[in-house]
Amino acid sequence: MIAFILRRLAQSVVVMLVVALISFALFRYVGDPVASLLGQEATAADREALRARLGLDQPIWVQFYEYIGRVLRGDFGISYRLQQPVAQLIMQRLPATLELALVSGIAAFVFGVALGVYTALNRRGWISNAIMTISLIGVSLPTFLIGVLLIWVFAVELQWLPSFGRGEVVELGWWRTGFLTESGRAALILPAITLGLYQLTLIMRLVRAEMLEVLRTDYIRFARARGLSNRAIHFGHALKNTLVPVITITGLQMGSIIAFAIITETVFQWPGVGAFFINAVRFVDVPVMAAYLMLIALIFVVINLIVDLLYYVVDPRLRVDRGAARH
Amino acid sequence: MGEFIPEDRPNALRRAWDSDLAYSFRTSPVALVSGIVALTIILGAVLAPWVAPHNPFDPATLNLMEGFTPPMEPNAFTGNVFWLGTDNQGRDVFSTILYGARTSLFVGFMAVLFAMVLGITLGLTAGFRGGWVDGLLMRIADVQLTFPSILLALLIFGVARGFIPPALREALAIWVLIVAIGLSDWVQYARVVRGATMVEKNKEYVQAARVIGAHPVKILVRHILPNVMGPVLVIATIGLALAIIAEATLSFLGVGLPPTQPSLGTLIRIGQGFLFSGEWWILAFPAAALLALALSVNLLGDWLRDALNPRLR
Amino acid sequence: MAEPLLSVRDLVVEFPTRRGTLRALDRVSFDIGEGEVLGMVGESGAGKSITGSAIIGLIDRPGRIAGGEIRLRGERIDTLPEDKLRRIRGKRIGMVFQDPLTSLNPLYTVAQQLIETIRTHLDVSEREARERAVALLDQVGIPAARRRIDDYPHHFSGGMRQRVVIALALAAEPELVIADEPTTALDVSVQAQIIDVLRDICADRGAAVMLITHDMGVIAETADRVAVLYAGRMAEIGPVRDVIKAAEHPYTSGLMGSIPTLAQTADRLTQIPGSMPRLDAIPQGCAFNPRCPRVMPHCRTDQPPLTPRAQGRQVACWLYAPAGAAHG
Repeated sequence: MIAFILRRLAQSVVVMLVVALISFALFRYVGDPVASLLGQEATAADREALRARLGLDQPIWVQFYEYIGRVLRGDFGISYRLQQPVAQLIMQRLPATLELALVSGIAAFVFGVALGVYTALNRRGWISNAIMTISLIGVSLPTFLIGVLLIWVFAVELQWLPSFGRGEVVELGWWRTGFLTESGRAALILPAITLGLYQLTLIMRLVRAEMLEVLRTDYIRFARARGLSNRAIHFGHALKNTLVPVITITGLQMGSIIAFAIITETVFQWPGVGAFFINAVRFVDVPVMAAYLMLIALIFVVINLIVDLLYYVVDPRLRVDRGAARH
Repeated sequence: MGEFIPEDRPNALRRAWDSDLAYSFRTSPVALVSGIVALTIILGAVLAPWVAPHNPFDPATLNLMEGFTPPMEPNAFTGNVFWLGTDNQGRDVFSTILYGARTSLFVGFMAVLFAMVLGITLGLTAGFRGGWVDGLLMRIADVQLTFPSILLALLIFGVARGFIPPALREALAIWVLIVAIGLSDWVQYARVVRGATMVEKNKEYVQAARVIGAHPVKILVRHILPNVMGPVLVIATIGLALAIIAEATLSFLGVGLPPTQPSLGTLIRIGQGFLFSGEWWILAFPAAALLALALSVNLLGDWLRDALNPRLR
Repeated sequence: MAEPLLSVRDLVVEFPTRRGTLRALDRVSFDIGEGEVLGMVGESGAGKSITGSAIIGLIDRPGRIAGGEIRLRGERIDTLPEDKLRRIRGKRIGMVFQDPLTSLNPLYTVAQQLIETIRTHLDVSEREARERAVALLDQVGIPAARRRIDDYPHHFSGGMRQRVVIALALAAEPELVIADEPTTALDVSVQAQIIDVLRDICADRGAAVMLITHDMGVIAETADRVAVLYAGRMAEIGPVRDVIKAAEHPYTSGLMGSIPTLAQTADRLTQIPGSMPRLDAIPQGCAFNPRCPRVMPHCRTDQPPLTPRAQGRQVACWLYAPAGAAHG
């Protein structure tokens, strides 16, 4: 168990180092950091002084080493566009993104599993067929289009829900939450649906496929032959076995949710990290792009670790410590 | 008995018509409808310069007076009727959709082609060389697969944009976009081709060819590629839908193509701005076109996968 | 004659396919008496497993029972609704499947699966169910049952897992156990042990056994009576000793020729030429006619009925049919 975690951790560190290298290259070689910081009017002496101050006259590997050191201390440099520390800018926007991703992820998982189980158990029913057909459209529909259409229907035509922003927020220390106000919760609905819908359909189709697969296995047949109730067979035996792959995929989908948050946040002008990143790409704000790259990689690595651990909890076959077949 | 006498020498067309694939296509309503929709949009896009009633990018044909004309209603000033209405600058929405689809499809096809060539090459290399080359390529593939391809395309696009001098950014945008989308989607091709290569490379004919001095890679390309055509075609079809969506998404986010080269995504981005003022058609028709295109290509890909894989039925 | 425990009459099972309906079982009839071991033999595809599935009402879709009846102590069970049938499965008829590696849910411990089964059918407390479970494992020969019971299936070897499966099948004290090729997937070295365990524990509890196998050797050692299926039809039924000593159906003779015995050391094992027809290509008349060494003209046109013979034997072959039946 500990060896397994250590091996995973080591792999994660390697991935993070590679991403850090890309970020560093981006940071170091894209554009001219000196020019970006000083502007056009600076003198040659100013430039040299800044170069020395930024350590740009050092050998590359020293610069990379120092870059990593700074990153570990949470120093991601200064945004070219906003002239503020990148770490601070990201921390301000992170709660908005995390709240959105959390709500979408939970909703997608709960509804995805429920609908997947329903459609698998009632394979021939017309409701199942309708759900499957709609889900096919859901998978093909680009996220941004879902957002735009939801705005059109619920914000423009029906005027039930706000079309942008996150409503009133409450400060809990440095964390600004939208959960505690009515306008905050209302503002969350459309973005959360937009962000979660694709994952929901994906999880639903996966649960359905896995469930149908599991229902065909010998141990389900044997469970039926033992006279267990449908309830016990479907939810105790089939669903639990379905969850092993579903948890992996869902976990990995959490990463996608963060990624698609970029799109959703842009559509709904949600003041999160994703929309911030898009603006950075538009204006080639390299420090922000580099920091976002690291952040996303970190989130993915952490999610992968958690998924591995969950997998381990759900599937006893992976608990290698007790040894293989004993007689 | 005896009423149906097959032709003595069926020609290639006849054979194609009678093949299992064609039969499955003819008898699947979903495949038929999707095929017709996709083909219509593709034809309309390719023939846009001849089919479109206006050239939306020729300022000479534009009349600002005709801006915001609703669909099927005569314009208040000129009396001209536009099927799908006009946008703020008086451009015919139907024409912009045809031209937009042209750009979307161009990026989509090129990105798929790029991903396919890259994936097949890397797959052949990994499968044939084995060892650390294979290990490295497959590790990269594994890591890449954990990232959603749209995010990856976005990141690649952002990074590449950083490396390109500002003066060239607009001109090169479409190619950077193609490479970014292509790079984000090569893994599946590589996996399929690698698998097939590893199976084939130990077969006797490859060994025999090696003995007589033929270049093994040449043999692999000749024998393996036909074997993996089916799966590659399926991946490419679904990949096309994904690439079209990826391009539309990036353009919608304003980090893809410049407004001078609008794709369906750009049109939707423009249209969104007019939702609140009631000019719904500027958004709705490009959105419907994108949806129809992505959905029909996706369904075709699904059908193709099932048709080529009888075990899945 | 006392009422049999299980009585199957003219059972027909059909599978509708795109190319027409396949008849997997064609008017199969047999009885199983109280505490009796009935061996069911035949080649793969002869319909042995489908017979077993039909009895507990678990035929895979789109297959269905298209005719005949199945009675358990006189009560018809083939027409029971699902919830009533469920109270028969496991409770009155236990089932052991072929592959112990896949019969157990990998995510639950042996204890969880046993206790779940016991408490589904018997009104006992968790603790009592656990005690019963330990006792069952002990009886099927799992060493240190009390300690092993909380292990997961993958901690057990194939032979041990099949013992667990047998324990599960017997958890609710069924009157009949259907064992579908219980040893096929196991090592040769443990096959005999498993058969012994199955026979002994059932004999102990007075449970009848329907032992499905293609291994005549196992039947010869274990069963009281044997039923021979061919292409979904019953070829011959009778007491094991009589059938082995003097098989009446030419197909059975062929099968018997393929078991090695100590008595016939020098002779080569005889083999039946050809192979069993696929379900979509069963010949007219007797299904065995193309391979039969003693084929007669009307074997090719008319299907022989299952005809009673001496010592409670039955055979479906024109060689033994009452004269005139062929033209009737």
